[in-house]
Amino acid sequence: MSGAAMEAGRTLAMGQDEAIGGGRQSVEAPFGKALARLGQSRPDIVGLTADLGKYTDILPFRDAFPDRFFNVGMAEQNLVAVAAGLARTGKVPFATTYGVFATRRAYDFVAIALAHSNLDVKIVAGLPGLTTGYGGTHQAIEDLALMRMIPGLTIIDPCDATEIDAATEAIAEHRGPVYMRLLRGSVPVVFEPGYRFEIGKARHLRSGSDVGIISTGFMTERALDAADALRKQGISVGVLHVPTIKPFDAEAVAEFAASVGRVVTVENHVVVGGLASLVVETLFDAGIAKKVTRVGLPDRYIECGAVPTLQAKYGLTTEAVIATIAALK
Amino acid sequence: MLRNSPPGTADIGALERKATQLRRHMLTMARGQGQGYIGQGLGIADTLAALYFHELRYDPHNLTWPDRDRLLLSTGHYSIALWSALAEAGIIPVEELATYGADNSRLEMSTLDTTPGVEVIGGSLGHGLGQGVGQALGLRIDKSDARVFVELSDGEMQEGSTWEAAMSASHFKLDGLLALIDCNGIQADGPMVLDMEPVADKWRAFGWQTAEIDGNDMKAVVGALADAREGNGKPKAIVLRTLPGKGVPRIETSEKSHFFRIDIAQWDGIIAEFEQSAGAAR
Repeated sequence: MSGAAMEAGRTLAMGQDEAIGGGRQSVEAPFGKALARLGQSRPDIVGLTADLGKYTDILPFRDAFPDRFFNVGMAEQNLVAVAAGLARTGKVPFATTYGVFATRRAYDFVAIALAHSNLDVKIVAGLPGLTTGYGGTHQAIEDLALMRMIPGLTIIDPCDATEIDAATEAIAEHRGPVYMRLLRGSVPVVFEPGYRFEIGKARHLRSGSDVGIISTGFMTERALDAADALRKQGISVGVLHVPTIKPFDAEAVAEFAASVGRVVTVENHVVVGGLASLVVETLFDAGIAKKVTRVGLPDRYIECGAVPTLQAKYGLTTEAVIATIAALK
Repeated sequence: MLRNSPPGTADIGALERKATQLRRHMLTMARGQGQGYIGQGLGIADTLAALYFHELRYDPHNLTWPDRDRLLLSTGHYSIALWSALAEAGIIPVEELATYGADNSRLEMSTLDTTPGVEVIGGSLGHGLGQGVGQALGLRIDKSDARVFVELSDGEMQEGSTWEAAMSASHFKLDGLLALIDCNGIQADGPMVLDMEPVADKWRAFGWQTAEIDGNDMKAVVGALADAREGNGKPKAIVLRTLPGKGVPRIETSEKSHFFRIDIAQWDGIIAEFEQSAGAAR
């Protein structure tokens, strides 16, 4: 995390992000770069945004393919409607905005104009969970829960730059509507280049027997760091990364949960309706009676502030994951 | 292969007879269920007749033809009118009209795009025009001269998304996009609960080439559609002043014309009234 922002404890200007990544290498705008690369071989890919091109990393695509890029202004319902229309003419639109607007504001359009007709539109949503200090208006703390309820919608919460690159390619290949959370700007590299992303598949990243962490999004990075630290304290911690929220890899989750003593879910999202709920439903369905401890955001709106301050306050840190597991009885 | 394409001159009398035939289908369909959005259907019949039998370029045997003109019926509850037009156009069997609104019928009370000839899921009002903008942009990328017609209603203009779409259509200079705005003066709660006038001025202010006509005057409808063929960089709006229940005096004067439900026995009287009025017009 950025020392300067932490010390000042201030909210950064719109579009600036505090660096997160704990000293790992990072890649600039991995989504925009991947989309621009795909655009070369895929003339059917078009880009759209609703006045947030600069803030959703899609400008590399616009610069490469100006005739296939449309900025509809601040109008998220129309963003989704126009994308739906483009899809009906055989295009594969990637539409970017913030998660709060794609979900709360354009929900009926995502449900009816896209999902009901299984149209090939990819919504790429910035500021997922608690990744901005702009308060409840900009923090998409419940987007996974909202989108999970839409039949046929694929939902991705990637961890790092490697996964964003791979997932952008995978969702372009996939036929059907997708909601993908975006990590923008300077995005850490957690996974090796050979990392394989597959829609609907969880990845078993660490083996361990005492505690099993099931995590999604960038919280997987923190889960891995927590597992490594706890191992030194003699606690054996496994990590299952679940980048696809829907369709959910229930089989892998059940198998993993059955192999560990305790289950801890870790997500950049409220602890109701998202990963934690999915895991609990899965274990219940599979008849696995195991206590699940949830790390994630509380069921409330979060104030403005510096992201590192807020993430520390609301438990989205490696330290919070370590403390939760160390305190398990 | 049968393809409609804009001919030089229209046979107004023939189109009027088509409109009467569409109304006849609709009344038979509504009789079957004893209810339906018959007021809206009868009101828009002239426009649909002009579109399907004169203006639209399509092939009833190749519904996915990329260069077809599209008609997006944003008001999904006008399905009764669309089904009758699709049947007359040879896209769905005329006999199937009898299943309107019945369980397991493809001819729902509100349109789903699983039925042949339906270009968009209507019914969640405010959805159609934006999807028309997207289709027009896609056709432009493909260098197609196919046009996109979007039917929407006066009540639907109260949805903010209609205006989001209107702004973007003029920004993108979509001159192959036409909005057909059915102003029949009624909405779910009765006569316009929120005043939308002056309608034409609103569309002009949003950068649309706008005409305002009597939507039940076939000559005016055909003329406005002809004027809208111009490739001048502006999207086209036609404000259609229509009479809900047009052709059946008892429905025209009903205060319940948004959703009309009466005993099946009384439908025979309604149909007799319609045939009498259609005969007088001939």
